[in-house]
Amino acid sequence: MAAVVQLDEIHKIYDSGEVPVHAVRGVTLTIAAGEFVAIMGASGSGKSTLMNLLGCLDRPSRGRYLLDGTDVSALDRNQLADLRNQKLGFVFQGFNLLSRTTARENVELPMLYGRRAFTSREVRERALRSLDIVGLSQRADHFPSQLSGGQQQRVAIARALINEPQILLADEPTGNLDSKTSVEIMGVFQKLNEQGITIVMVTHELDIAHYCKRNLIMRDGRLVSDVAVEQRLSAAAEMQKILAAESAAKLTA
Amino acid sequence: MRFVNTIKVALRALRRSAMRSILTALGIIIGVAAVIAMVSIGNGAKSQVEASIASLGQNILLVFPGTANTGGMRGGWGSASTLTVEDALAIQHEVAGVVNVSPEMRDRSQVLANGLNWNTQVLGEDVSYLDIRIWSISDGEMFSEADVRSAAKACVIGRTVVNQLFPDSDPIGQTLRIRNIPFKVVGVLAPKGFNFRGDDQDDVVIIPYTSHLKRLARRPNLNSILVQATSPDDMPRVQQDITDLLQQRRSGREPDFTVRSQLEIAEAATATSKTMTVLLAAIAGVSLIVGGIGIMNIMLVSVTERTREIGIRLAVGAHGRDVLLQFLVEAIILSVMGGALGILLGIGASQLVSKLNNWPVLVSTSAIVGAVAFSAVIGIFFGFYPARKAARLDPIEALRYE
Repeated sequence: MAAVVQLDEIHKIYDSGEVPVHAVRGVTLTIAAGEFVAIMGASGSGKSTLMNLLGCLDRPSRGRYLLDGTDVSALDRNQLADLRNQKLGFVFQGFNLLSRTTARENVELPMLYGRRAFTSREVRERALRSLDIVGLSQRADHFPSQLSGGQQQRVAIARALINEPQILLADEPTGNLDSKTSVEIMGVFQKLNEQGITIVMVTHELDIAHYCKRNLIMRDGRLVSDVAVEQRLSAAAEMQKILAAESAAKLTA
Repeated sequence: MRFVNTIKVALRALRRSAMRSILTALGIIIGVAAVIAMVSIGNGAKSQVEASIASLGQNILLVFPGTANTGGMRGGWGSASTLTVEDALAIQHEVAGVVNVSPEMRDRSQVLANGLNWNTQVLGEDVSYLDIRIWSISDGEMFSEADVRSAAKACVIGRTVVNQLFPDSDPIGQTLRIRNIPFKVVGVLAPKGFNFRGDDQDDVVIIPYTSHLKRLARRPNLNSILVQATSPDDMPRVQQDITDLLQQRRSGREPDFTVRSQLEIAEAATATSKTMTVLLAAIAGVSLIVGGIGIMNIMLVSVTERTREIGIRLAVGAHGRDVLLQFLVEAIILSVMGGALGILLGIGASQLVSKLNNWPVLVSTSAIVGAVAFSAVIGIFFGFYPARKAARLDPIEALRYE
C-alpha cells in the first residue's frame, strides 16, 4: 500500500530553555494507508513530540517528513494549518470540545476553515453524517456538558472525520476514560480502520495498544521496537465480556 | 465564506456571554451618548447665539462718532458729537451697495402714560429701521416718512413698554409723555426677546430721529448711523467706501468716526460658543477612550480565557488571520453596537435636557457620523492588540493551556 507518512531521520531539538532538549533523535518510520498504529513509551520518551510532528503542529529541527507525498518541512505556518485542515484529524486526551457550543457545531468547526466554500446546509449535513458514523446523530444539539466522557470523545472523533482526512491522529484518546468507555472508543477506532482510515495513536496503556495492528515503542527519543500485534483484541468481543461480567455481578448482588 | 463564518463565530461568542458584552459596550454607549449630547447642546447654544445675532439684522454696519479730546482727556468712542444727518444722507446717496440707512439717536428717559411711569430706551430712527432690524409691527403701524420729515410726535413701542404702561388697555392712539412732550402711540412692535447680550429688546420706544434731534436731544448731532449693505460679500467694500466718504467730507481733519461691521461682533460671539462646544465634546471624547480601554481589557481577558479554544481552532486548520479577524470583529461589533445604542441614548438625553431646561439642542448628523466612525476606530484600535495576541499563540501551547 502507498505510504501516507514517511519520516526520514527526524530530529526535534527544543532550545528555549537553558539546556537544549533533544526530544526526538533520528526517527525513521513509514506508515502505509490503512494501518492502525499505537505509539507507546514512558513519559519523556518523545512520543508526544513525535505526535505533534506527525500532526504538523510542529516542524522537525532536522530530517524529512513526507505527508501523503508533501514535504512538510518546507511549509509555513498557514500552509501547515491548511494541511492539518485537509489531511489530518485530531483526537485529544481532554476531548478539547468548545463548551457552550453544540455537538454539531463542534463537528462543523474544521469546515469553517476549509479551502472550499460550503453552504451552511452542506456543512450541517456533513456534520450530521459524521456524527452518525460515531453513533451520536441524535445528540447533535446537546452541549458537551450534557454528554458523557465517551460521548464527548466520540464527538471529537466525528470532528476529526468531517474533512475526510488521510490520517486520524489520537493523543491518549482513552486517557480520561474508564475502562469500559475506553473499549467503546477503541471499538469506534477499529470500525473506522476497517473502513480504510489510517489511525495513529499515542497511548501508555498496553491493553489499549493491543486493539491496534502495529505497536511502536519509543525510548529517549528513539524508536526501540516496531512489532505487528499478535493476538489482537476485538473491541466488540471485549465489550461482550464486560457486559457479561456486569450482568453476572448484578445477579450475584 | 471564510469571512462570513468568522463574523458568525464572533457573533455567537458575543451572544454566549451576553451580559459581559452589554457591560463592555456600556463604556462606548455612554461615551458616544455623551459626545452626541454635548455637541447637540453646544450646537443648540451656538444656533441660539447666531439667531440672536441675526435678529440684529443682516449685513449691518454701524458708524460711530469718534473720540472727543478735551484738554488732554480722551473720551471713548462716541464721545465726540460729529456725525450729522448730512453724513447719513451722503452715505445713502453716494455709497454703492447700500440698501437702507437710518440715522440713530439713543437715550434713556422716564416715560409717562396712564398715570404710570417707566424708564426705557428711547430710540430716534428712520422708517427703514424696522427693515434693517428685520422687525415688524404687530398692532397699528410704523410712523411714516411724512412723520420723519415733519418731526412728528409719533412713536411705536415695544411689548415690555406696553406691559408696563398700558397693562389693561389698547395703547394704539393713546399718548405717552417723554420729558413732558406728548407722543402719540401709532404702533406696537412684535416681541423680539432678548439679544445675545441679555438686553430686553422689547423695552423700547421708537420715535422719528428728527423728532428726537429737535424735541429731546435739541442738538444737531447723531449718536450713530445704521447702514445695511446689500450682501455680506459686499460689506468690507461698503465699510471702506463709507470710511473714505466720511473722511473726504471732513477734508483732511483727524478721523472723528469709526465704522464697525456686524460681522466682527458676530464672529466674536460665535467663536465663544464654538469654543464651548469643542470643550464639551473633548471632555465627552475622553469617556469614549475610557470605553475603548474597557473593550481592550475585556478582549484581553477573553483571549486568555479562550486560549484552549484558540488552540483547537488553530489545530483544525484556522490561520492566524482567521483568529485575528474573529477577535477583531468581536471588538468592532461591541464598539459599533455600543455606538448605535449610544446614538439613541445621546439623542434621548439631549431631548431630555432640552425639555427640562428649555435649552435649544441641535442634534447634528456630523456628530452622529463622527461618533460612529470614532467608535469603530476604537474597536479596531483597542481590539487589535488582544486579537494579535490570540493569533500569535502556538497551537501546541494553547492546547495544553489549563
